[in-house]
Amino acid sequence: MTWEFILGHMNYWLFIVLMLIGLYIVIAKGNLLKKIVGLNIFQVSVFMMYISIGKVIGGTAPILPYDNTGHVEYGLDVIYSNPLPHVLILTAIVVGVATTSLGLALIVRIREEYGTIEEDEILDAETLIAEKENEDREAWLA
Amino acid sequence: MAIEQVNHVALTLEEQLPIWLIVIPFVAAPLILLFGNKGLAWAVSFLATAFSLAISVILVLTLKDGGVISYHIGGWAPPIGIEYRIDATNALILMLISLIATVALPYAYRSVMIEINPKHHTLFYASYMLCFTGLMGIVVTGDAFNIFVFLEISSLATYILVAMGAYKDKRALTAAYDYLILGTIGATFFVIGIGFLYMATGTLNLVDLADRISDQGLNRTIRAGFGFIVIGLGLKIAIMPLHLWLPRAYTFAPSAVTVFLSATATKASIYVLLRFLFSIYHPTFAFDENIILIIFMPLAIASMFLASIVAIFQTNLKRMLAYSSIGQIGYLLLGASLMNQLGLTATLVHMFNHGITKALLFMGAGIFALKVGKVSYENIAGLGKIMPFTAAAVVIGCLSLIGIPGTAGFISKWILVQGALANGWWHIALLIVLSSLLSVIYVWRLIEILYVVPTKKVGTITEAPISMLAPMWIIAFACLFFGVFTDFILDPAQTAAQNLLSLPGGGIENSLGDGS
Repeated sequence: MTWEFILGHMNYWLFIVLMLIGLYIVIAKGNLLKKIVGLNIFQVSVFMMYISIGKVIGGTAPILPYDNTGHVEYGLDVIYSNPLPHVLILTAIVVGVATTSLGLALIVRIREEYGTIEEDEILDAETLIAEKENEDREAWLA
Repeated sequence: MAIEQVNHVALTLEEQLPIWLIVIPFVAAPLILLFGNKGLAWAVSFLATAFSLAISVILVLTLKDGGVISYHIGGWAPPIGIEYRIDATNALILMLISLIATVALPYAYRSVMIEINPKHHTLFYASYMLCFTGLMGIVVTGDAFNIFVFLEISSLATYILVAMGAYKDKRALTAAYDYLILGTIGATFFVIGIGFLYMATGTLNLVDLADRISDQGLNRTIRAGFGFIVIGLGLKIAIMPLHLWLPRAYTFAPSAVTVFLSATATKASIYVLLRFLFSIYHPTFAFDENIILIIFMPLAIASMFLASIVAIFQTNLKRMLAYSSIGQIGYLLLGASLMNQLGLTATLVHMFNHGITKALLFMGAGIFALKVGKVSYENIAGLGKIMPFTAAAVVIGCLSLIGIPGTAGFISKWILVQGALANGWWHIALLIVLSSLLSVIYVWRLIEILYVVPTKKVGTITEAPISMLAPMWIIAFACLFFGVFTDFILDPAQTAAQNLLSLPGGGIENSLGDGS
């Protein structure tokens, strides 16, 4: 592992770090809103990976150049970045936005029903419901 | 997807079928919102699903002896353009999904009226159509990134459908939220895997991907991609340690939603996993074989036993059935991990047979829920005598779940045992039989609750409405029919298994003749 290798793969290091930060937030945080933030960081890291692999060093935008007379010039030897990963990520961004908005909408509804968005408090409330159900069943068995 | 600029090659109606499968339910969803009327919404959804069912049956009959239908979206030839690609394998899954979606709709009409907020009924049907579109799309497409997009379309619709259970039980909201978090992590892992494959091969078309991987062999990027894809799909399938979202989602979702999801959602993901395991990475790659034997087989056996044991101790019908589903996913994985033709055939047949069996049982649970509210065992006790037709259909489902001869469930387990014996693994065959005995225990407990234990509900409960009984009995007869007349499912399943097991690039190799 030379310095050149490490620096040359900078985009991957950043991807891995961001991805793990995102996953860690989703797992470790008890606040539902923070989990959504973590999920977003996690998704954005993947967007970054895709976009960075499409980049060609020294490449321009993948648009055919015009000549002096305003016509498109074909057959030029132009280096351009790969547009496909970028296009894919446009779709993935839309999916990510939809997921985020649905998650937020669910949080609003959870807040309305439970009065909290902290995971442990919700868990307590659900344990109470489950205990009530158990009491009903024991009353039935008796 | 909306581009209907037809390739000049696709002139006959038959060649247009794949796109209709997707376009019709996809257009139905916004139409339903525009109409904004419950009855009309139901009618439009029913027409759309019935149309898809008709197309899938035609496709199964066309492809059951082999062959491939390739549809080029917008006339762009693969691998540049997106391709819809149907062979015996996905035709069978398409038929399962559209069959369940069609039969569940007449059932859903009454169930939805009780279980979902009246303001949300049209939205329910719109989400149902989107979920259906997504599931069909996952199965029909031949493009890796397209699979991700359809996976997310169906998943987002599923989260909404599950959350609609909040009208009856507020825990549906947290169940949907958990599902959203885990489902999104799964889908993102899948897309990371696709990214790695794209880095290594420069293509997204499944056929092209298979060709290029078998040409250049394995490298670390491709292996890492495999890992991400398997974990991502594992979350969606609910393979044993990744199953935590499933019991809660199935328990608290509205009954009609559970019927639909239990039979289709995990099955579509399993199909994708099979495609990646067998068509794209071929089992002859030693590492693939090791992963299947060292990872999938123990997990499959663990979920067969552990989930069944947990199911025995449940006191809520829907939750018990959910754990039983996790156990059945074990059988599906086990069939795949036998890596012979019988095992794969068993997986494909069991996907279909378990799909209809579980749909039948959840339909029963939904009818009980309509009559008594919560389907905990104390509430449904003694209903066998009050609702004889519903309970009898549930018993048929129970028998099929165990795998009693004469029911659909028997056929798939029989082939699975044969598959294990074909490898000489008699201990695996023994384990299959033993775990079936566990299902006898939880099923017997249910039957005892329904028939033997006296009810405390007096006089107020009557038999279910005909609109719910009819679909339920259609499925019940299907369970019996496919248990006796097995060829209709076995033929395409055998062709499909053969396709999947042929050489690298196998299942989907004979396209791209010119390689362009």
